[in-house]
Amino acid sequence: MSSEVKRDPDGQLPYISGHDLESVSNKIAAVTLRPMREMPKFWYAGLFIGVLLLQLLFYAIYKLIVTGTYIWGLNIPVGWGFAIINFVWWIGIGHAGTLISAILFLFKQDWRTSISRFAEAMTLFAVVCAGLFPLLHVGRPWLVYWLFPYPNTMGMWPQFRSPLLWDVFAVSTYATVSILFWFTGLVPDLATMRARATDVWAKKIYHGMSLGWTGSARHWHRYEIAYLLLAGLSTPLVLSVHSIVSLDFAVSLEPGWHTTIFPPYFVAGAIFAGFAMVLTFMIPVRHIFGMKDLLTERHLNNMCKVMLFSGLIVAYGYMMELFFGWYSGSVFERFMVLNRLLGPYDYTYWLLILCNVLVPQALWSYKVRTNPIAVFIICQFISVGMWLERFVIVIISLHRDFLDSSWAMYAGTRWDWAMYVGTMGLFLTLVFLFIRTLPFIAIFEMRELIHKDEHHDDEHHDDEH
Amino acid sequence: MEDILEAQTYGVVAEFAHPNEVLAAAHKAREAGYTVMDAYSPVPVHGLDEALGRKRSILAWLVFAGGLTGTLTGFGMQYWMAHINYPWNVGGRPTISWPAFIPVTFELTILFAALTCVFGMFALNGLPRPHHPIFNTPNFDRSAIDHYFLCIEAKDPQFDEEKVTAFLKECGPEAVNTITDA
Repeated sequence: MSSEVKRDPDGQLPYISGHDLESVSNKIAAVTLRPMREMPKFWYAGLFIGVLLLQLLFYAIYKLIVTGTYIWGLNIPVGWGFAIINFVWWIGIGHAGTLISAILFLFKQDWRTSISRFAEAMTLFAVVCAGLFPLLHVGRPWLVYWLFPYPNTMGMWPQFRSPLLWDVFAVSTYATVSILFWFTGLVPDLATMRARATDVWAKKIYHGMSLGWTGSARHWHRYEIAYLLLAGLSTPLVLSVHSIVSLDFAVSLEPGWHTTIFPPYFVAGAIFAGFAMVLTFMIPVRHIFGMKDLLTERHLNNMCKVMLFSGLIVAYGYMMELFFGWYSGSVFERFMVLNRLLGPYDYTYWLLILCNVLVPQALWSYKVRTNPIAVFIICQFISVGMWLERFVIVIISLHRDFLDSSWAMYAGTRWDWAMYVGTMGLFLTLVFLFIRTLPFIAIFEMRELIHKDEHHDDEHHDDEH
Repeated sequence: MEDILEAQTYGVVAEFAHPNEVLAAAHKAREAGYTVMDAYSPVPVHGLDEALGRKRSILAWLVFAGGLTGTLTGFGMQYWMAHINYPWNVGGRPTISWPAFIPVTFELTILFAALTCVFGMFALNGLPRPHHPIFNTPNFDRSAIDHYFLCIEAKDPQFDEEKVTAFLKECGPEAVNTITDA
């Protein structure tokens, strides 16, 4: 019985096989605890590129602060350019992490365990990248606390009826709760790292970070309640964050923005983009660090299904936007639709349809879903497509709206691109440092998965006796 | 002074290789009348907490209270700022345009509840606590990997080092050790 591969009741291969509690703990901890010279070249290359691009970000920020936002391609009517596109793009990418760690947890999707830690870390890093854009877009980032309600000499308060103010609360709450969730999940793993570390200082640091976690039954009891509650709190939170981001657009009267479909369509787009980004990193990482037994083809398959589904919702959103434009009977809405399809930026719209609607249809095939290279390529299309989607929404609506005497064209300058590429550098740097310093798969949750399996077997044996 | 400096016995710890063994041992210890004890495991073992005779944590209620505080703070803040302290006519809208206040109220509800949840959990668990006598147990590192430990503490009214050691040895452990709190 023990020699043949155990299958789940539905006949599928298990998510994790050939591991016991000790081997899984050692395997994941080893990535972090091995000497620096044993880190794969891939890791060095990734970190190098990240740090290089990070310098570009620093320079772009420096340039922006000493000269002002006019170095960006902004004009009137296009007062929202790359900064908003990139903000929405990054924050959307972050949503996959919370979806995987919270929503799939509530739905008891055990396969989430292998990817949750990595996706949660990506959430944090994506929120950091996203946050930079509104911070710098205000022009004088040292006055950014003006966004918050604080007692001031003018005796004034922020405008609580503005979606931009809601955004401040939504994004800052999201960042805080994501950090809390991530850290809470890390604590028992940090205790494992303490146990595995041989270096005295590494042991001390991991011990301190684990807050002296002992694994007491009483602590586990409260821990499990806390984790469940956090998942329950994060679920409505993540849905609210991208809904509120979409309200930045939908609450205005701008043609192409003023639609009720925006909140669900933005949330679906966020999941779509986020899963693409998780897979973009997961596919090389599982290969380089030899994690194919923990991040299996079945994980790819499941994630691709989520991507396909959210992609279809997004495609439905595109269709509805065209329909609303026509059905509204408003001359401005109709013009906006025509301008999207045939105007000066028509190529962005058709590229968007190619990247987000046509290419992902390949995911209907099981062979494509379980082929890492194919999935990786599709994910790149989706990432580009989701950026184009925000370009289409922001730029095409703004550049030609009600008053044709104020129409203008818009293009990002080299500093716009430097900022955007620079945040990718920041993201890469943070991801590769994270892989090196903290366990990128949730060790204790993997142990729990094995523990459940073993426990199930024990009951079976008891029947036999 | 001397007895403060001198190491006191903290308890007797048994090490098990299997979750069912520690669970059985905890049940047996409770039947034998021991009350002050704790178990340490690499994964949450369901039923262990009940076996040790503990009640359900009040954490969920604290989180509810935290969330409610957030709701009231969020709405109250906007009500006071936009209606009482600085009423401001924006396009003839009422100063208490409450539907527009819901997003911020909602976000603060989640924020306060989540902060209560995490800090409440750590506070109730008495963490951070860098030094705990249980770390003196030989091989305790494996409690974070694959072994399960049951400690009957010296504070237990029935505690007698020899009797407890003999009792735990009957439960089929890998090892039994007496540990001190220094």
